[in-house]
Amino acid sequence: MNIDPIHQFEVQRYADLLRVSGVSFSFTNASAFMIGIVGAIFLFLTFATRGRTLVPGRMQSVAEMSYEFIAKMVRDSAGNEGMVFFPLVFSLFMFVFVANVIGLVPYTFTITAHIIVTAALALLVIGTVVIYGFWRHGTHFLHLFVPSGVPSFLLPFVVLIEVVSFLSRPISLSLRLFANMLAGHIALKVFAFFVVGLSSAGIAGMFGATLPFFMIVALTALELLVAVLQAYVFAVLTSIYLNDAVHPGH
Amino acid sequence: MTKTWKLTVAAALMGLALAAAPAVASDSAKPSSGPAGAAVAQQDHGASTGAHVAEVVGEAAHGGEHKGGFPPFNPATFGSQLAWLAVSFGVLYLLMSRVTLPRIGRILEERHDRIARDLAEASQRRAESEAAQIAYEKALTEARGKANAIAGEARNRLNAETETNRKSLEAALTVKLEEAEARISSTKTDALSHVRGIAVDTAQTIVNTLVGTTPGQQDTESAVDQVLSRKAA
Repeated sequence: MNIDPIHQFEVQRYADLLRVSGVSFSFTNASAFMIGIVGAIFLFLTFATRGRTLVPGRMQSVAEMSYEFIAKMVRDSAGNEGMVFFPLVFSLFMFVFVANVIGLVPYTFTITAHIIVTAALALLVIGTVVIYGFWRHGTHFLHLFVPSGVPSFLLPFVVLIEVVSFLSRPISLSLRLFANMLAGHIALKVFAFFVVGLSSAGIAGMFGATLPFFMIVALTALELLVAVLQAYVFAVLTSIYLNDAVHPGH
Repeated sequence: MTKTWKLTVAAALMGLALAAAPAVASDSAKPSSGPAGAAVAQQDHGASTGAHVAEVVGEAAHGGEHKGGFPPFNPATFGSQLAWLAVSFGVLYLLMSRVTLPRIGRILEERHDRIARDLAEASQRRAESEAAQIAYEKALTEARGKANAIAGEARNRLNAETETNRKSLEAALTVKLEEAEARISSTKTDALSHVRGIAVDTAQTIVNTLVGTTPGQQDTESAVDQVLSRKAA
């Protein structure tokens, strides 16, 4: 039976490509959606800006607004030096945003509802912060964990807290997105199964099924909000974390 | 109007869901077919414990339990997901940083430049018009000053002319006045010289009328002279 709210998250293999020491790199529905998302982003942005008009049309406005929105976000959080990360934050935002929104379409696969995907993206962010921070500032990057103006007897505790909070960043960043997507989709499926289950119980059940049906409509609206919001939150936090790589001193 | 429309759509969707429900249910009951099922079964683990189980990647890693665990936490899918995520996100990053973002950035920059250029041109035009206005005002002030000067000069000249005319006229009038006064005094003297003759004639005529005889010329003249000298005294 597909009456299972978890079924939608299952990874289905389309083609077995390569297997290295038991780890499969098969082409799956997740892979297909990742490639589809990348293709959709690139084709849309290219198509929208094909005219390169001085006064933008609707589609070009969307492309320009997303550009300026992310550019402003990065500049506000990380300053002008942080603009080296603009392509990264833009790619992350568009990727997560499109993945979240596509996932709301029935029968699609939500790649951001997989912890491995969100964790990989979060680790990419934190890895960029650490590598760029050390490359750019050397050991000065470690001042990130040593706030100035703290009494010396408190310093060990403060440093400990700073380190823990830094280490928890990739966890919170990945779990927030993953949990939001997962919970929303499960809730939608559960209410959908209420509709199916109730309506199979005759006429009275069909009338009763209208309630969860409208609940699905409301939940879908909420999930759309969550999908957009989580992509935004991911991008904002990314630019805030990247600010540490650019300006490690507090 | 829109409400009925929405209700219709909702009812249609609900009908669709009801129609789809048995189909979906029977679909999964059938032995798996199609691309998903065909390529999926993890033969090396030999776990084909049912169609649905075989559909799931990594199901067999759990030794063919009824449920393959929670799919997002299934480590058997991690390798494939990570690899494809790396490929697709890497491609996305390259496309964005090399193609799309420079493209949009160029469009924005061109617009920004154009606006800046237009603004600069507008401010230049304004400066020009302000300069023209200042020049005009300056010319106007100069012209006004010149006009004032000309008017003052003309006024002074006219004043001077009037003054001269007046003086010459006054002089002429004074001469005429003096002449007239001289004429009057001569006429007066002349007239006074005739008074005695008239008085003698008048006195003779009066006496003649009263008495009937004319007095002698000598007597009358002496009488008149006597009266006149008394009057003069």
